[in-house]
Amino acid sequence: MKEKISDAIADLLGRAVIDLPEDVENALKRAMEQEEGAAKTQLMAILKNVELARQQKKPMCQDTGTPTFYVKAGIDFPYLDILEEAIVEGVRKATSRIPLRPNAVDVLTGKNSGDNTGRFIPYINWEMVEGDECIITAMPKGGGSENMSTLRMLKPGVGIEGVKKFVVEWMVEAAGNPCPPTTVGVGIGGGADIAMKLAKKALLRKIGERHENEIIAEMEEELLKAINSTGIGAMGLGGKTTVLDVHIEVAHRHPASLPVAIAVQCWANRRKSMKIDKEGKIWNID
Amino acid sequence: MEYRLNLPVGAEEIEKIKAGDVLYITGTMVTARDEAHKMAIEKYDAGEELPLDFSKVAVYHCGPIVRKVDDKWEVVAAGPTTSSRMEIFEYDFIKRFGTRIIVGKGGMGKRTAEACREFKAVYTAFTGGAAVLAADAIKRIKDVFWLEELGMPEALWVMEVENFGPLTVTIDSHGRNLTEEVKEEARKVAERIF
Repeated sequence: MKEKISDAIADLLGRAVIDLPEDVENALKRAMEQEEGAAKTQLMAILKNVELARQQKKPMCQDTGTPTFYVKAGIDFPYLDILEEAIVEGVRKATSRIPLRPNAVDVLTGKNSGDNTGRFIPYINWEMVEGDECIITAMPKGGGSENMSTLRMLKPGVGIEGVKKFVVEWMVEAAGNPCPPTTVGVGIGGGADIAMKLAKKALLRKIGERHENEIIAEMEEELLKAINSTGIGAMGLGGKTTVLDVHIEVAHRHPASLPVAIAVQCWANRRKSMKIDKEGKIWNID
Repeated sequence: MEYRLNLPVGAEEIEKIKAGDVLYITGTMVTARDEAHKMAIEKYDAGEELPLDFSKVAVYHCGPIVRKVDDKWEVVAAGPTTSSRMEIFEYDFIKRFGTRIIVGKGGMGKRTAEACREFKAVYTAFTGGAAVLAADAIKRIKDVFWLEELGMPEALWVMEVENFGPLTVTIDSHGRNLTEEVKEEARKVAERIF
C-alpha cells in the first residue's frame, strides 16, 4: 500500500507542477482581456506558457517549489501509520520522474539534498477529521513569491484599518518580485505562528471563493480592489491586475497583539488534491 | 513598438528602442547570475582572458535546468531569475564589457539605469516563470563555461536563441526605468487609500 500511495503522490505533484488549476487559468484569461500594452503581453506569455507546459508535459516554471502538503486525515483512516513515509517517498519519485528541480538545501552546509527531501521537507500540515478517508493536497510553492511573504506584529491600536494599510503597502513594495498577478493569503490574529499558518492555508481556496463571514468577505473584496488600484500590474510593468484574489483567515488574538501574516503566491498558483478511501482506492479531486 | 533583432546590435539600434517596447531576439545569449557576474568582473580586472565577448551577446539572468542527452546538453526549463540580485554588479559589468541587451525579470535599479544611459544598453524583462516558453525559443546549447567552478545554475550557458521573447524593455538608453516609475506611482496611490 505504501508503494501505491507514494506513486499516487508522485503523480499528484506532477499534475500540480504541470497543470495549472482551471480557476487560476480563467482568472488570468479574464485579466488578459482587460489589459493592454505591457501587461497584456505578459499575460499572453503566461497563458501560452501554461498551454505549452500541458502539451509538452513539462513543469510550467523551472522553480518547482518547496514540496508542501495539506493532509486531512480521518481518525479511522487505516493507513495513517504509513502516510508520512509514503509522501516522502512520493516526493523522491516525482523529483526523478518529472523531473523537479531539487530545492532542498541544508541551512548549515548549503548542500542540496538532490531529491527534494530533508529535515522537515516535504512539509506536511496535518489536520485530523472524523471519518475513514483521507484528502491530500499538494502545494509546491516557488521561492520568488515565498521571499515576498512576511509577518508583522502590529499595535492593536491601529485596528483593522491599520491591517489593510499594511497589506496594500507591502504588496506595492513587493512590486514585480513575486511574479504578479499573485494570489495573496492574509492571516490575522492568533500568535505569530498561527497567523502565518492561516495565511498560507488561505491560498488553498479557489480564486473568487469568499470567506464565510460576511465582514471578512467584504474585506477581501476591498483589499483586492485596493491592491489592483495601485497599478503595479503583471510582472510589475504596470496594469490593472496585480492580484487575482485576496483570501483572509482569522483567529482570536491576544489583547496585546495584532499579528498580520502575508503569504504571497505567484501566478503559478499550483495545487492539486487526491482522496484515499478505507479500501485504499485513490482518485483525483480538483 | 515591436522589434525583431539579430544579435549583435550596435549603439545606434539600441538608441531607437524606448521603455515599453517589445523585443524578440535571435542570435547568441549567455546565462549569468550573481557568481558569473562577479567572476567575469574579477577576471577582467586581473587582466585574464574571458571565454567570450559579452558585447556581442545578450546576457540572461537565468539558472536553467539542463540535462545531457547522448553527450549533448539540452535545456529542460529556463525561465528568468530575479534581476535585482545582480544590481550590485551590473553597472561594472556593462562598463567593462559593453553588453547591449540584458534579460531578466522584476526590473533593475538606478545604477543599472545609469549604465544603460552612459554605455547605450537596454534592460528587458522576460515573463517570470515562463520556463517552457523560454525553452522553446532556445534552439541549442553552443557551449558552457565555468561549469566546474560555479555549478549548473551559475555557469555561463551559451545558447543559440530564435525569436526569444516577448521581452519588455523596462530600462532604455535614455534614462527611463519603467518598473521604478510604476512603483513610484503605486506608492502615491497606496498612500491615498487608507
